[in-house]
Formats: sequence, C-alpha cells, structure tokens
Amino acid sequence: MLRKAFDLAVVRPYLENMAENQNGASNKLDVQLESTLDSVDLAETSILKIAEESGFGEDDLHKLGMAVREAMVNAVVHGNRYNLKKKVHLRVDTDPSSLRVTIVDEGEGFELQDLPDPLAEENLLRQSGRGLLLIQAFVDEFSMHKAGPPLGTEVTLVFNKTNQSEAGGSAE
Amino acid sequence: MSVKLTIRQVGDVTVMDANGRITLGEGSSTFRDTIKDLTARGNKKLLLNLGDVSYIDSSGIGEMVSGFTSVTNQGGQLKLLNLNKRVKDLLQITKLYTVFEVFEDEAAAVRSFS
Repeated sequence: MLRKAFDLAVVRPYLENMAENQNGASNKLDVQLESTLDSVDLAETSILKIAEESGFGEDDLHKLGMAVREAMVNAVVHGNRYNLKKKVHLRVDTDPSSLRVTIVDEGEGFELQDLPDPLAEENLLRQSGRGLLLIQAFVDEFSMHKAGPPLGTEVTLVFNKTNQSEAGGSAE
Repeated sequence: MSVKLTIRQVGDVTVMDANGRITLGEGSSTFRDTIKDLTARGNKKLLLNLGDVSYIDSSGIGEMVSGFTSVTNQGGQLKLLNLNKRVKDLLQITKLYTVFEVFEDEAAAVRSFS
C-alpha cells in the first residue's frame, strides 16, 4: 500500500493540472527518478494510471506497461548502472489519440547496431538482450538517440489508442 | 506482487506452480534460486506451470532461458505448461517457442517426460 501512495503522490499533481494547449495536447508527467528498481515500478504504475485516465483499454495498457518497464530497466540498469548520482528523466505527454513517453538516462550511450540480434539462432539461449525487441514489438513508434552529455540515451515511445481502447473494453 | 513458486511432485516429475509476476529483481531471483535448488537435489524433470503468471518481462524470460540451459546441461528437461495468451505472444516475439516444449494439459506434459 505504501507503494500505491507513493505512486499517487507523484502522479496526482499532473492529473489535477491537466492544462491542455490548443491541440488538446498536455504534459502529464515530467520527473527525475533515482536509478533504482523501485523507480522502474514507480514509472510503470504511474504511466499506467495516466494511460488509464486517458482512456487506453486493458490490452493496450499491458503493452504500454511492458514497453515502459523495459525502457526504464535499460535506463537504470544498462544506462545509469544503478549509480545513485545519476537520474532517469521521465516525461509523459498525451493528446486525444496517443500517449508519448520519453525516458533519458545519464549513461554513456550505445549504438543499436552494436547489440547482438536476439532472434539470431546463436543468440536464442542468451539470458539477456531482449528488452529493445519487446519495446519495439509493443509500441506504435519508437526512436532512440544519444542526447549528449550529461545526458545519455534518449528513448521515445509512442502509443496510439486502438478501437478497443476507445470502447474501453478488452480483447482478451 | 513478485512470483511465488509452489513445488509438487507428480510421479518423477517436479511441477512448479508459479503465481504472480516474473520480473527483474525478486521475481526473477526466486525463479533462479528454485531451479538451482531443485537440480542440486537431483530433480531433472521439471514442469513450470505458468497458468497463474500475469506478467513476465525480459529479465523473467532470461531467467526461464537460463533455467532451461542449466537443467539441459545437467541432463534434465524443463518444459512449460498453461501459457496464457500474453505469455504465448512473448514466446512468439522472442522466437523461444522453438526452444521450449509447451503443453496445455498437465497429464500429457507429465507423460512426455517418460
């Protein structure tokens, strides 16, 4: 229950102040998080709450939660390497049809082409390396680039509402 | 909630009933420690029942793969039972359906070890 209260404390100001611009877009969350696994849980549950408030349906919420979790793990574990002096910058923007999540770490950054292909036969039994694959499977738009010092890798995830979301139902 | 594993024996097959989330941190280490403990005791026919697992992340998948490799290298087998649609989708996306033997019926899964 403590975690729930913590989550709400972070998200509530943004939910209560949903000032929208002329395009119906609004910034729902803009925070710096510690480089810990608690921050991964916090980001996941907070963004799920925002997405739920924005009208995303159950199946979309699952995909959204998975992608955000994987991107946060990458930022905390591989980017900032649990270094508590480094922060993870998390921003969430919404408009009537989509939700955009931007996650920036303070790590050294990396090149996508340097990563082993997790679907190659010789890599199927590797323990790690599937995070970006899952992110890209679950988002509608994905981009990643080096943000430049002191920031490291910036990842942007865009989720579009599906018909199932508009109806508020589940296709399970 | 992280994953909870309940161990039971069906003949010479050890069934692990998982409940909760298998994610980075406590969830994945519980899984890793249990597999290690079971194989150390000589249990080499392992059936992982994922029927009550609501969520697996890439770390959880990594632990399942690691468990599979560890058991296989010791001459044993790790098979999967009762995957929900979301977990099946994960195995499809990661191509791990080509690695794991998957069952929907426990009796058939148990028979497959003999």
